[in-house]
Amino acid sequence: MTEAVTIEARNAVKAFGQGDHVVRALDDVSIQIRKGEFFTLLGPSGCGKTTLLRLIAGFEMPTSGTILLDGADITDLPPNRRPVNTVFQSYALFPHLTVAENVGFGLTMQGRPKAEVKARVAEMLALVKLEAMAGRKTSQLSGGQQQRVALARALAPQPKVLLLDEPLSALDLKLRKEMQVELKRLQTETGITFIFVTHDQEEALTMSDRVGVMSAGKLQQVGSPKEIYTRPVNRFVASFIGETNFLPATVVAGGVRLSTGDVVEVATAAMGTVTLTVRPEQVRIVGAGEAGAISARVKFLVYFGTDTHCHLALADGTEVVARVQSPASGEAGIVEGSEIGIRFAPGAAQVLED
Amino acid sequence: MSAAEERLARQSARNGWLLSVPALLLLGVAAIGPLAVIFVYSFLTPGQYGNVVWEFSLDGWISILFTRDIFEGTLGLADAHLTIFWRSVSLSIMTTVVAFALGFPTAWFIATRPAKQRALWLFLITIPFWTNLLIRTFAIMEVIRAEGVLNTALLWIGIIDTPLAIIYTDVAVLIGMAYVYLPLMVLPLFAAIDRFDMRLLEAGYDLYASRWQVLRRVILPIVKPGIVAGSILVFVPSLGAYVTPRVLGGGKNMMIGNFIELQFLAGRNWPLGAALSVTLLVIVTAALLIYVRAANRGSNPHG
Repeated sequence: MTEAVTIEARNAVKAFGQGDHVVRALDDVSIQIRKGEFFTLLGPSGCGKTTLLRLIAGFEMPTSGTILLDGADITDLPPNRRPVNTVFQSYALFPHLTVAENVGFGLTMQGRPKAEVKARVAEMLALVKLEAMAGRKTSQLSGGQQQRVALARALAPQPKVLLLDEPLSALDLKLRKEMQVELKRLQTETGITFIFVTHDQEEALTMSDRVGVMSAGKLQQVGSPKEIYTRPVNRFVASFIGETNFLPATVVAGGVRLSTGDVVEVATAAMGTVTLTVRPEQVRIVGAGEAGAISARVKFLVYFGTDTHCHLALADGTEVVARVQSPASGEAGIVEGSEIGIRFAPGAAQVLED
Repeated sequence: MSAAEERLARQSARNGWLLSVPALLLLGVAAIGPLAVIFVYSFLTPGQYGNVVWEFSLDGWISILFTRDIFEGTLGLADAHLTIFWRSVSLSIMTTVVAFALGFPTAWFIATRPAKQRALWLFLITIPFWTNLLIRTFAIMEVIRAEGVLNTALLWIGIIDTPLAIIYTDVAVLIGMAYVYLPLMVLPLFAAIDRFDMRLLEAGYDLYASRWQVLRRVILPIVKPGIVAGSILVFVPSLGAYVTPRVLGGGKNMMIGNFIELQFLAGRNWPLGAALSVTLLVIVTAALLIYVRAANRGSNPHG
């Protein structure tokens, strides 16, 4: 993948409302999205991810800041003059046109010759495996098929960037999984930069090259799924993506001291009161009293099939969840009420500044 | 479906048909009956003081298009009648076009208001219906006559030096009819635009369509049922308009409606009036068929 930047937002601000009721949907967001990458904007509803997408599409004008495409300022360009296409959450297919006419709409509007439109439509329908549906009305299609038409329609004019606004949210789980794979395949085959908006962290982790986590109109962290998951920069990112434990701690020489008095070795530049975060699967259960282990008591167990969540209480009552592989049948496992020790996998615990 | 269910379904279908009996009776007595009378009258001979004499004659039909020379008894084309037909059809088409040009932005405006305000705007659109048609027409006359509101205002502002001669012209009739029938265009258009998914606008802009192309390629085809309904609701009564051309068109700018009235009253030629009425019905039906055909062509080949 090249490092060339396709889409860039510089200090983008979008405020709605007037006077005392101004809401900053987007609060000074700067981001660079690279050419050919699958970039996901992840965040809870109302975090500003859709607003950012709409600024890139041109449906909204930023209150301040600029949007650049391949280094050129496109902030004032209307949507029909941006080489950027959108797959809408509701698909927004044209009900009066056939599948083929929907797919060819953008090309026709660009004034491409009829023969070229026809060839390109056929190519796109083959890409999304809907050749047989070319003459149908969109209302005669299933949700998944409509989704494919929306994709083909947005890809047909070969945009520089494809924007996807929670396109999978209307599909059932099985279809959603299929479409995730499908989207990834289309992105690889076309080489087009995808900007995908979702509130589903699993979707973000499995599909993206990079993820931008948003909250309260601000970009919290940008990184690869692995970076985001293993090295969250703040409490919001750590808790929004996956499950995690938060342990109050104070920085001491060589690590942090937990509220129980135990010292955990961890590298940090922070000072004073901090939060130690560690994922449940990185909490190892060892024998009680083992050297260097933090003593804990098993409060209760929740069985999930492949693994079991052990809800533990430390000496001072701080709760920790450990995820362990479920024992095979008959094998003695951890039981409720037993005294045990826990250890964090090397490098797994991380300090978050409060 | 079980036998009992089938019986129930049959029963409810039968009962549903019964519900339409009052409407069918009304239609029979108030529409088909008079129509039959008119049809029969058109083949009779005019009585001396109006009414008809029960004697078969095709003169009523012949004199729609031809006049009999009083001295030689030969038939010549009735130019005046053709002019009236042409004026009726062209004025009705223009009325429909003007009502659409004014009604579409209005309907769009109402449909895009917040839900709470929409009811108020629709209510305002229906206010003209509260007043008698005749009174509304006289009100329009008050606006456009030589010393009327419009001319006085334009003279005062200084845009014109002499009053515009609008009253008693085809333009006056057009203004009056467009005003009177505008709500009939706005309401079905509103209903269609209200159902229109506004997200399709963004989809259109996103796919490189200009504003004009979005209007022509996305909005108009989708709201077409509303356009067809509104146009029919305006065109049909325009073609048979009587009061508006009478008041605003003066005596000379007659439309079919006025011409029919003339035959039944001053002209004392009921068969001709009856034949003209049937002709009007035929023109309306033909126009609707042509229009609906044209509106459906190419838009929906699959169903």
